[in-house]
Amino acid sequence: MPRPCWARPWCDGGRQGLTLPAVSHYRLFPKALGRLVAALGVQELHLALTQGFWRTRTWGQPPLQAPAGAELWVWFQPTVMDVDKAWKELSNILSGIFCASLNFIDSTNTVTPTASFKPLGLANGTDHHLLRYAVLPREVVCTENLTPWKKLLPCGSKAGLAVLLKAERLFHSSYHSQAVHIRPICRDASCLAVSWELRQTLTVVFDTFSSGQGKKDWSLFKMFSRTLTDACPLASQSKVYVDISPKNKEKELLEVTPTPASVYEAIVQGDKRTYAVYDLLSPSLFNTSRSLNVQLKWKRPQDSSELPTPVLHAQRYVSGYGLQTGEISTLIYNTHPYRAFPVILLETVPWYLRLYVHTLTIITKGKENKPSYIHYQPAQDRRRPHLLEMLIQLPANSITKITIQFERALLKWTEYTPDPNHGFYVSSSVLSALVPSVIAMKDVDVEQSPLFTSLFPSSDGSSYFVRLYTEPLLVNLPTPDFSMPYNVICLTCTVVAVCYGSFYNLLTRTFHVEEPTRGGLAKRLANIIRKFRGVPPL
Amino acid sequence: MITDVLTAVALYLAIQDFNKVVFKKQKFLIELDKYAPDVAELIQTPMEMHYIPLKVALFYLLNPYTVMSCVAKSTCAINNTVIAFFILATIKGSAFLSAVFLALATYQSLYPLTLFAPALLYLLQREFIPIKLKSKSFWLYTMQYTALYLCSLVVIICLSFFLLNSWDFIPSVYGFILSVPDLTPNIGLFWYFFAEMFEHFSLFFICVFQINVFFYTIPLAIKLKEHPVFFMFVQIAVISIFKSYPTVGDIALYMAFLPVWSHLYRFLRNIFILSCVLVVCSLLFPVLWHLWIYAGSANSNFYYAITLAFNIGQILLISDYFYAFLRREYYLTHGLHLTRQDGTEAMLVLK
Repeated sequence: MPRPCWARPWCDGGRQGLTLPAVSHYRLFPKALGRLVAALGVQELHLALTQGFWRTRTWGQPPLQAPAGAELWVWFQPTVMDVDKAWKELSNILSGIFCASLNFIDSTNTVTPTASFKPLGLANGTDHHLLRYAVLPREVVCTENLTPWKKLLPCGSKAGLAVLLKAERLFHSSYHSQAVHIRPICRDASCLAVSWELRQTLTVVFDTFSSGQGKKDWSLFKMFSRTLTDACPLASQSKVYVDISPKNKEKELLEVTPTPASVYEAIVQGDKRTYAVYDLLSPSLFNTSRSLNVQLKWKRPQDSSELPTPVLHAQRYVSGYGLQTGEISTLIYNTHPYRAFPVILLETVPWYLRLYVHTLTIITKGKENKPSYIHYQPAQDRRRPHLLEMLIQLPANSITKITIQFERALLKWTEYTPDPNHGFYVSSSVLSALVPSVIAMKDVDVEQSPLFTSLFPSSDGSSYFVRLYTEPLLVNLPTPDFSMPYNVICLTCTVVAVCYGSFYNLLTRTFHVEEPTRGGLAKRLANIIRKFRGVPPL
Repeated sequence: MITDVLTAVALYLAIQDFNKVVFKKQKFLIELDKYAPDVAELIQTPMEMHYIPLKVALFYLLNPYTVMSCVAKSTCAINNTVIAFFILATIKGSAFLSAVFLALATYQSLYPLTLFAPALLYLLQREFIPIKLKSKSFWLYTMQYTALYLCSLVVIICLSFFLLNSWDFIPSVYGFILSVPDLTPNIGLFWYFFAEMFEHFSLFFICVFQINVFFYTIPLAIKLKEHPVFFMFVQIAVISIFKSYPTVGDIALYMAFLPVWSHLYRFLRNIFILSCVLVVCSLLFPVLWHLWIYAGSANSNFYYAITLAFNIGQILLISDYFYAFLRREYYLTHGLHLTRQDGTEAMLVLK
């Protein structure tokens, strides 16, 4: 737990706040990000690019989930004067570094949450005006985003664990998420000095069932089409953890080859888990062959997925018919048998779906559930989106349904995307909660625990922090006819001209008695025909 | 609903007074021999004018448009009430109340500003002040009325400022009315026009459309300075058709006045076709809306076409009444049975 500011020597009494060191050593830290962080006064930066959606009910609790598309949230230092300007510059520079269209982040999809997204690193005071959060749900992630991500690693993709990351295998997956996290942390347990930490995470879900001829056995070679050869020479730690937790107390259900040198047991996300550890830096690993191919074989065929239902999971959908109104419903499940806990829900809805806040209802077990904290910021047309943050108490073993109705706006024809009938995306809503764990967790030494457990700070052993994302929604808006601009202008101006013409005639002309005229040719012809018919002439 | 009843009552009282004024004026002009000898059938008699106020009130209350805007709980009913009270105050001759209600109406939606001219003309007529640019009493009265109006407007706006503690409401209310940012489909002409507009021209066309509402005032004032109540009717109709967010409640207000001009019936040229157009378009509006938004089998062009037809119907209705009014005035002064120089029956044309 980070110690208070006054206990640290580089913190001057809380007046200026946390004095973060300048990034100066670029031996391991990439220079592009280091200069960026220093120039724009960034305190924390989290960028995630994700393709696909994490299916919590079939795959279990995600280690680190990110919403579909691109997500960027940044805490700026208190010394930054114009946060919006810095935010715009930051998103443009990151767009260039990661080859993603982050330059589409502007005020119409940026919000300032007040309760979610507290800093994950060291921070002194949390003025939420220094926080910016934006999601681009339409963003597609592909090889050109993976390449700059790999370039940030000290060894690149030439040595160490990153040799496995080849794009043609990684994108043959059901879920692919790459993230970059920059935050200030204590250099050691005594916290006498502060360092910048750059954490790059890659979460991929391979579907071995379809690619492995129906068997759930996997190996590194089958998944990545190459094996590990050596550790990165610049790395101080290079380990592979394989989850071999026994399910239903049955041992010997699966077999891992080669035999792991050590086994690590920990309580991760409320579950007791056993990991087989392969330390690439230990000389005994590459004794026999130059390559390490970790293989896992199941002794008995599995009937069905036995992953335990996660304690907290959620889903969201849009209902209603027609192009005028609709309803967004969010269902949050608390499957803990006896503990209730609160959850913070953050929803960002674009301005062209006009929310009716008076229709917001939260129902748990048939009764109305009043949130203890609501922060609502209404949208302004073409300027900022809706922001709805609520702290909802979830009773044990319950389903909470949150519904809100909206109306769809008609946009100007230039504001539609080139494929307007595909629909418009509503970004995922974010659920942040401290979930009580079923098994008590010991306070572990930060140095010893694997890296994948140390991103979120844990305050005590009885609960763990979870951030979940719901599905993004796809909503259709009524469209004008895009082939008609000239016709519409002509017709409307014709109607206005009809009025103008009639009024002009009536205002500027006066009545006169008509003087008889000889009549033109047409009249004479008509008179001749009339004489034949026996009708009086004109 | 209460506001609708108030509007109807206000219109009833206003038209009652107006009829008295019309009758007095008619008598005055007959005595002065301003009318041609053979126009007896054109003169309005008290008998036929007796039921007009009741007809006006019923026209407003029983109009399906009024019922619709009442069911929708639209604030248009409040707008109509304020304008009706303004008309009542003007016809009764109270300049102060007329200025106050006009300021209230302008404060709500900017367009009743154009009703300043007919009100001023009516009040000048009522005070028997001749409308000559050189007359001192004319300018004196105009200044008084303008001052009353502007002061009440300023007072109301400052009250809003103190209620809200910022001037944010001015761009939100008046900026919104003038710049038309929200393009939700309605029965007017603006929404589709600006939905399909190139960004480059949008400012130009917004200015053109807004000026279009306001610039009929001066020519109409010059032409109809002897008949300010008809001017008011035409002005309200122009506002209802060309305002940036029209609703059927606005149409109900000017349609309530049609019984007052029922004596013009014989001069209306296209009344049958126009009433058919208006009825059919009103019935087709919800059908095509449903087809576009819910059934998905039509697109926005269908609804837009009905909008165009409906607005053309309204425009032609107003210009038809205008034509009939001017024609009756011509006949009153020149006689009903016109003959040409050679003695045959003559035809009237606008030249």
